[in-house]
Amino acid sequence: MYYLLKNLTATQQIGALFIIVFGLLLIASATVFLLSVKDHGDDERAERMRKELKSVDGILRASWVMVLVFWISWVSGDWVALTLFGLVSFFSLREFLTLSPSRLGDHRSLVLAFFGVLPTQYWLVGSGHFDMFAVFIPVYVFLALPLASALANDPLRFLERNAKLQWGIMVCIYGMSHVPALLLLSFPGYDNRNAFLVFFLVLVVQICMVTQHFASRQLQQPPVAPAISQSFNWRSWWIGIAVGSLVGALLAGITPWVPGTAFAFAFIACVAGSLGHFVMKALKRDRGIPNWGALGQSTTGAGGLLDRVDALCFAAPVFFHSARWYFDI
Amino acid sequence: MLAKLMSLFLLGLIRVLTGSQARWHGCPPKAEQRIYFANHQSHADLVMIWAALPQELRSVTRAIAAKDYWTKSPFKKWLTTAVFNVIYVSRDRSTDEDPLEPLFDALENGDSIILFPEGTRGFTGEPQPFKAGLYNLALKFPKVVLVPAWINNVQHVLPKGEVVPVPVLCSVTFGAPMQLQEGEERRAFLERARAAVVALRDV
Repeated sequence: MYYLLKNLTATQQIGALFIIVFGLLLIASATVFLLSVKDHGDDERAERMRKELKSVDGILRASWVMVLVFWISWVSGDWVALTLFGLVSFFSLREFLTLSPSRLGDHRSLVLAFFGVLPTQYWLVGSGHFDMFAVFIPVYVFLALPLASALANDPLRFLERNAKLQWGIMVCIYGMSHVPALLLLSFPGYDNRNAFLVFFLVLVVQICMVTQHFASRQLQQPPVAPAISQSFNWRSWWIGIAVGSLVGALLAGITPWVPGTAFAFAFIACVAGSLGHFVMKALKRDRGIPNWGALGQSTTGAGGLLDRVDALCFAAPVFFHSARWYFDI
Repeated sequence: MLAKLMSLFLLGLIRVLTGSQARWHGCPPKAEQRIYFANHQSHADLVMIWAALPQELRSVTRAIAAKDYWTKSPFKKWLTTAVFNVIYVSRDRSTDEDPLEPLFDALENGDSIILFPEGTRGFTGEPQPFKAGLYNLALKFPKVVLVPAWINNVQHVLPKGEVVPVPVLCSVTFGAPMQLQEGEERRAFLERARAAVVALRDV
């Protein structure tokens, strides 16, 4: 698989990958459809099956959308990809802040966050100012936003309000912007194939999450922190990580790395992503909601957008900075 | 043409900023003559409730706007007449004319209307007491269906006095239609209408 992929030209690789991924998705969707029209005998089992299929259907649909988005950004170049990820940032930050109610005094800092910080961060990514884009939010924005809030002259729950805004920006803008930043890393001998790196990251993290989801359904292990998540347990977590990393090793042909290194980097991304997802679950419990999105029912119809991308928001910065540090680029 | 573009632009904008979710809780969207009445916290309320209606109802549903405020500049005037086709009411009581007269005309024409019975934008989460207009309309047009609506979160999008909106997910919840009871007193009816709007906050 490794040599097969490595020896193809970039265009052939793209073709091969999309055939594999769209093929897998097609098979999965077709299976779900066939199961949904099958007769299950008694009503109780049919009901259970229906619920199960509905949740699987949600995950599948999200995967379809993700792959389509990638495909579009692929064929149309870096700036389109940046804009697309910028929009994802925008909508997930909207979800995040809707459920962290703010006061009137925060209005100016919210305006700054959405229309100042977000475009600037993506512009810094797009123009390749790596050193600046890594520190822009933690250093400069960290001072500017609380200042805007303080000038509004409202001390009530000041720390809490600012912490929420800061967190939203770190996860939804800072984290997310590291995904397209991968497009601009230059590995020696890996000419202009960085889109594969984005694809690699998203695919291994998504596979890890999906595997973990199914493993925890099948295994029925006692949860580690039942007050936070009923489904998170270490065994299924390990299974998810292992499968994600193995897929990473298999895909080494499209990365600048040999299979061992690809395995290690996929491992890092999966650990960061799945644990980040768990942390976001704790935040959701704090707000007393099952998922992001408006009032328990979401804009997309299946969980909020942030539920789908939060793992990526945590995986991307860790993945990016590990790669930059390790290869010294 | 320009008005059409403007309305498309505003619809797109409100969708990007708020998601503009309509939740039809007590009744389906339907082409009958209705008075929608809702809480009022922001200018975006009008666009919000307008965007929540299905397209075919938008053209026959007209909002009420205060004449003094919305005819102040040519742009405001153009926006409210050409794009939203609002009904102006004057807030000052200097003339002898009944301030509800324009509303009577619209209802006699068969239009549906959107009313914010608080009269002005409130600051707090709780709506202010309702003004008598709703009662007078209900009395005069008993056949028109009264639909309460709760607009959630919009005060965060554009608080009074701010110009740049921020994105927050919002929703409009439409409740079950209500009717003026036989011999119901004005105060009691307005209180009941207000309670019906507030009750939609938690569904």
